[in-house]
Amino acid sequence: MKYTISVLVENHAGVLSKVSGLFSRRGFNIDSLAVGVTEDASISRMTIVVEGDEYVVEQIEKQLNKLIPVIKVKTLVPGETIARTLSLIKVSAVTGQREDIMRISELMGARIVDVTRSTLTLEFSDTAERTETLETLLRPYGIKEIVRTGIIALEKGANVTRSTKKS
Amino acid sequence: MITGAFAMVKCLEKEGVRVAFGYPGAAICPFYDALIDSNIHHVLVRTEQNAAHAASGYARISGGVGVCITTSGPGATNLLTGIASAYMDSIPLVVITGQVRSDLLGRDVFQEVDITGAAEPFTKHSYLVKKAENLPRIFKEAFHIAATGRPGPVLIDVPIDVQKASISEFDYGKPVDIIGYKPSVQGHSLQIKKAIQAIHSSKQPVLCAGGGVFSANACNQLKEFIEKCNIPVICTMMGIGVLPTEHPLNMGMLGSHGCVAANKAIRDADLVILAGARVGDRAVASPGQVASRAKVIHIDIDPAEIGKNMPAHIPIVGDLKKVLDEFIKSCEWKAPDEWVDRVTDRKQRYSRVEIPPVEGYVEPKSFMRTLSLKMNKDAIICADVGQNQIWSANYCAIDNGRFLTSGGLGTMGYSIPCAVGAKIAAPERRVCAVCGDGSFQMSMMELATIRQENIGVKIIIMCNTRLGMVRELQDMHFGCRHCGVYLEGSPDFVSLAGAYGIVARSVSSNEEAESAIDEMLASDSPYLLVCNVSPDYSSL
Repeated sequence: MKYTISVLVENHAGVLSKVSGLFSRRGFNIDSLAVGVTEDASISRMTIVVEGDEYVVEQIEKQLNKLIPVIKVKTLVPGETIARTLSLIKVSAVTGQREDIMRISELMGARIVDVTRSTLTLEFSDTAERTETLETLLRPYGIKEIVRTGIIALEKGANVTRSTKKS
Repeated sequence: MITGAFAMVKCLEKEGVRVAFGYPGAAICPFYDALIDSNIHHVLVRTEQNAAHAASGYARISGGVGVCITTSGPGATNLLTGIASAYMDSIPLVVITGQVRSDLLGRDVFQEVDITGAAEPFTKHSYLVKKAENLPRIFKEAFHIAATGRPGPVLIDVPIDVQKASISEFDYGKPVDIIGYKPSVQGHSLQIKKAIQAIHSSKQPVLCAGGGVFSANACNQLKEFIEKCNIPVICTMMGIGVLPTEHPLNMGMLGSHGCVAANKAIRDADLVILAGARVGDRAVASPGQVASRAKVIHIDIDPAEIGKNMPAHIPIVGDLKKVLDEFIKSCEWKAPDEWVDRVTDRKQRYSRVEIPPVEGYVEPKSFMRTLSLKMNKDAIICADVGQNQIWSANYCAIDNGRFLTSGGLGTMGYSIPCAVGAKIAAPERRVCAVCGDGSFQMSMMELATIRQENIGVKIIIMCNTRLGMVRELQDMHFGCRHCGVYLEGSPDFVSLAGAYGIVARSVSSNEEAESAIDEMLASDSPYLLVCNVSPDYSSL
């Protein structure tokens, strides 16, 4: 099963390597990882998607908590989480295909961010599943390049994962 | 205005550091220069790895943080095994390494190595200092992190320009505030209540003590608790000595190299209290089975240990001393005598039969017993790794002394530098390193340190001209096909000791050995005793 873990860390050099090193040496598999600063510039949030069972996730939480620059670890509950991935997709768009691609883009809620005589580049921010769908739809036209960020996620509702004391 | 190097020394002084073990080099020269004006005693080891081991021995006996210092590059990489050994055994160390100029970092200049990166998997935390004004904060944090919670090694890598830079203000008064580091010491009261209920309703309880009992300084509490409740104690290798060997409730060491009584006790128990023990694979091979038969109470300061190796029914995260104090207060109960009698009876029945001595050799097991009984009650025995470790672990009688060994990493060559550190921490106590002829040769350069410091470390070599434990594995699992285990070519150890000016003697029978022990213990000078042991003696 896949789990999404939200980790607040001190925004220092070397913290990412401490976290990623922990995953590799303990044999935990990272599906995706995204890092960025939070509302407090001294704190970054990592969103890590891992493959494993309950034992593995409990171990990951505990081992992450042992790292000194880690402030807070929370495994997000599926269904009570908003999770998004951002993609840029460069599609081949020769005359006659351009209209089709633009229609798919509109239908799926993607934005066209770059146009050339032979390509269109789409920007798409949505769930991993809908991103897959868009890719499937675009594949027949010839996808030239794709870049996807790791998943970022927040809890639904008014709850906040705070950077206060680690429990 | 003071220099970074001077600030580093001042930080050590503020932390009450009296001894540091090290080996200088170019990138740490400013620090060594500043050390001249300090009262901190520097012990020059003969290879960097042993600086970490000696600091470990020092920390374990002094109860404080051990400090070691080396230069950049090879000086730092040589430390790695020592840092990893300390990490596995949860020993508090502050490890200081010099580093090349910070503007040259990443260019592969002479003696540059990314030591914080290399040591990352086995340090509790590490720092690469970029600004001299951060030195006081970093040192204060490092000592705090090393010593609190689950102790462990913390590395501080200091580029030479940072050591030379000037800082305008030295303020060591600011309290440590690390947002992501607040170890919980007070056990959860509800969990403690549950544990006490479980104890009260058990019929066959056993307490398994690990190295955490020493880290928490909780030996007295442990003794009081198990005596009050009549609970038999078994220990891991790291837990040897939490109770005197001769204590009626001490059933000995468990595990693949432990004793029958201890292993049967945990097998038959209906309640297992794990106290500061992580029960690694050598202690309990199938932890799932133990947990399926018995209720498990696991007390540890490190939440990540609970449920890692053995499933726990009642986890208690906290300082063992505080938790045991609660237990003592609230437990009004005694384990049934039938259970204790059964366990004790096995201890007597299975106490190993002495092997008849072989002509021309010392019998190691009775030798260990004699040695430990002849030493003072508070003596410190440092066991190396190999057959000598198992003989020492199972046969040394420890009273209120200590048994120090590399339990987690199993580092050969640990005992001699560990003994150096232990002796410097407690000059008034007897300290004896027990090693094999293999492990001795991994650390024999430290005879020079012993000489230079003029400390009365006693060294026993159990000499069987084999890497005995590996040979035993090859006998058992590889059809007696021996490869790479014969130690021919070893020097005459007595002459070697003589070359260092250390009194030495070689013995080939237990009677001879006994008189040599008396001679060895007659004074507080360094002494090397070579015991010729038959290659055929087994570990168990």
